[in-house]
Amino acid sequence: MNPALLQVRDLRTHFETRAGTIKAVDGISFTLERGEILGLVGESGSGKSVTGFSLIGLLDAPGRIAGGSVMFRGQELVGLPQTEMRKLRGKRIAMIFQDPAATLNPVLTIGQQMTMAVQAHGGSGAGAALALAARSLALVGIPDAAARLNAYPHEFSGGMRQRVAIAIALLHEPELIIADEPTTALDVSIQAQILAEMKTLAQESGTALIWISHDLAIVSSLADRVIVLYLGRIVEYGPVSDVLRAPLHPYTRGLLDSLPALAAPGQKLTQIPGTTPSPLNVPPGCPFAPRCSHATDLCRSEPPRVGDHHHGAFCHHPRPVAP
Amino acid sequence: MLGYIIQRLIQAGFVMLAMSALVFVGVYAIGNPIDVLISPDATQDIREATIRHYGLDQPLWQQYLAFLGRLLQGDLGRSFVLNIPVLHLVLSRLPATLELALTSVLIGAFVGIPLGIYAGYRPESPFSKAIMAASVLGFSVPTFWVGLILILTFAVNLDWLPAGDRGPTVEIFGVGWSFLTWEGLCFLALPALNLSLFKLAMLIRLSRAGTREIMLSDTVKFARAAGLTDFTILRRHVLRLISIPLVTVFGLEFGSTLAFAVVTETIFSWPGVGKLIIDSITSLDRPVMVGYLILVAFLFVTINLVVDLTYAVLDPRLRRGRRV
Repeated sequence: MNPALLQVRDLRTHFETRAGTIKAVDGISFTLERGEILGLVGESGSGKSVTGFSLIGLLDAPGRIAGGSVMFRGQELVGLPQTEMRKLRGKRIAMIFQDPAATLNPVLTIGQQMTMAVQAHGGSGAGAALALAARSLALVGIPDAAARLNAYPHEFSGGMRQRVAIAIALLHEPELIIADEPTTALDVSIQAQILAEMKTLAQESGTALIWISHDLAIVSSLADRVIVLYLGRIVEYGPVSDVLRAPLHPYTRGLLDSLPALAAPGQKLTQIPGTTPSPLNVPPGCPFAPRCSHATDLCRSEPPRVGDHHHGAFCHHPRPVAP
Repeated sequence: MLGYIIQRLIQAGFVMLAMSALVFVGVYAIGNPIDVLISPDATQDIREATIRHYGLDQPLWQQYLAFLGRLLQGDLGRSFVLNIPVLHLVLSRLPATLELALTSVLIGAFVGIPLGIYAGYRPESPFSKAIMAASVLGFSVPTFWVGLILILTFAVNLDWLPAGDRGPTVEIFGVGWSFLTWEGLCFLALPALNLSLFKLAMLIRLSRAGTREIMLSDTVKFARAAGLTDFTILRRHVLRLISIPLVTVFGLEFGSTLAFAVVTETIFSWPGVGKLIIDSITSLDRPVMVGYLILVAFLFVTINLVVDLTYAVLDPRLRRGRRV
């Protein structure tokens, strides 16, 4: 059997700051198969975006991968020289970002930006590059694609801009696309459209997708599997339907209870008590223990472990059903 | 776009009008030119005839209107001292200054912008730190001192380059230029270098600040995620994004260098307009002063207009009325 498309083992990404080392990603492991859609869910500061940037080798200083392994199609990416990493970026692993108004260069035409992305991976002529760009734009549903290549980003609506960014990511038909909250900045109706289209595109092209979001509702409509992150660690993972129906971890339950989209009509929305601790001072034992109503002495001293399950939670007292 | 240009041209016209009034009134208030023009022992008749001849007996506003009328016909008056048309006088000196100023801003741009981008791209490298330290010197050391040191080093001690004057020129369209011959370039080198140091330092700091900011932006992250090389990112993305503040400073510096290259022109005895204005101030040659300042204002307004239009070329968001 072929190795998995992406195999992440004990990934650790640290930021050395004057105040101390921030363990933004603290031992994350997961596997992604070809064509699979994985949701990476967590609050701000949970390490979900840093995980994405670690995978594609685009950490800003002072961030660095402190340990672990990222195997992409059997190739180790941790420690790979930047020149080699660059050849993979955009070609085999692409990434799209939250705000298309900020990611596209306002002073270059869409065609110029797409041509650059094409030519970064081989010397296609300008004509061939533009033809490829037009095809990619048409694929993401931009009408009259060839003519729009001469337009500037500000001449597109927000949703259309994000489609352009997605078209750039799709140019080389990558095997993996990392999407860092790409619909957060968009209207809800546009959001739903793009989610549906991304799902179809991923299915048709066999592209695997890592969808990073703070919104469990979005992930539930899109992903096959979901990983819930808290303070740089995985708290729960499993198939989306299982996690949503029967969350094992109190934190996941807390997230679900606070979602209007998933709550039963008339049910009062609850919030998770307390605030996320400083990443400089992660509690020993279970990181969620200080905010957890079921925490015991064991939770406060011993980090929880999990067996190799289909659906599991890093919790000493996992409960299949909320009390 | 056309409407924008027309609007800017009308604005430019008003600026010129205001400037002409300010200059005329301002210069009128300085001294009495008659005392300079005729010898103190001239008879009262000669004195009054001279005053009438130059129109100095009329009220200020009439003198201004007459001046404005002549100005619109391209007549800036005649020099009191040299008795030749001011326009002719200034234009004969302008090419020398134009050449000097243009060379110095181009040195500033072509050396300063790449150095600044590098310093912003690799802020921690020793070379970048050396660039930044040198740029502080460029800012803080006075021009006249640097000029003297340059002469002392390259002209007196090493004897590589001439210490001053303009040297031979080649005539094109009746105007002499230095940059076409090697010898002319040698004469141009030191004053141009002297004048460019401040611009160099400023463009280094501006491009470094812009580059640092843009290197952290999502645009650059996204370009990296698409697999672009850093060189392509710097050349295609960063350079375009930092160009607007650079063009602004380039334009302003070019204008002020044209108008006020006085110190460098004096040190290197460069026969430009800077020396002309100093001479005309000492001899109270009012038409030359007024005409020169009007021309300088005109140059500034023109350069600003070009800068504004360049913005529209550089930033598509400023091109109004463009919809696809």
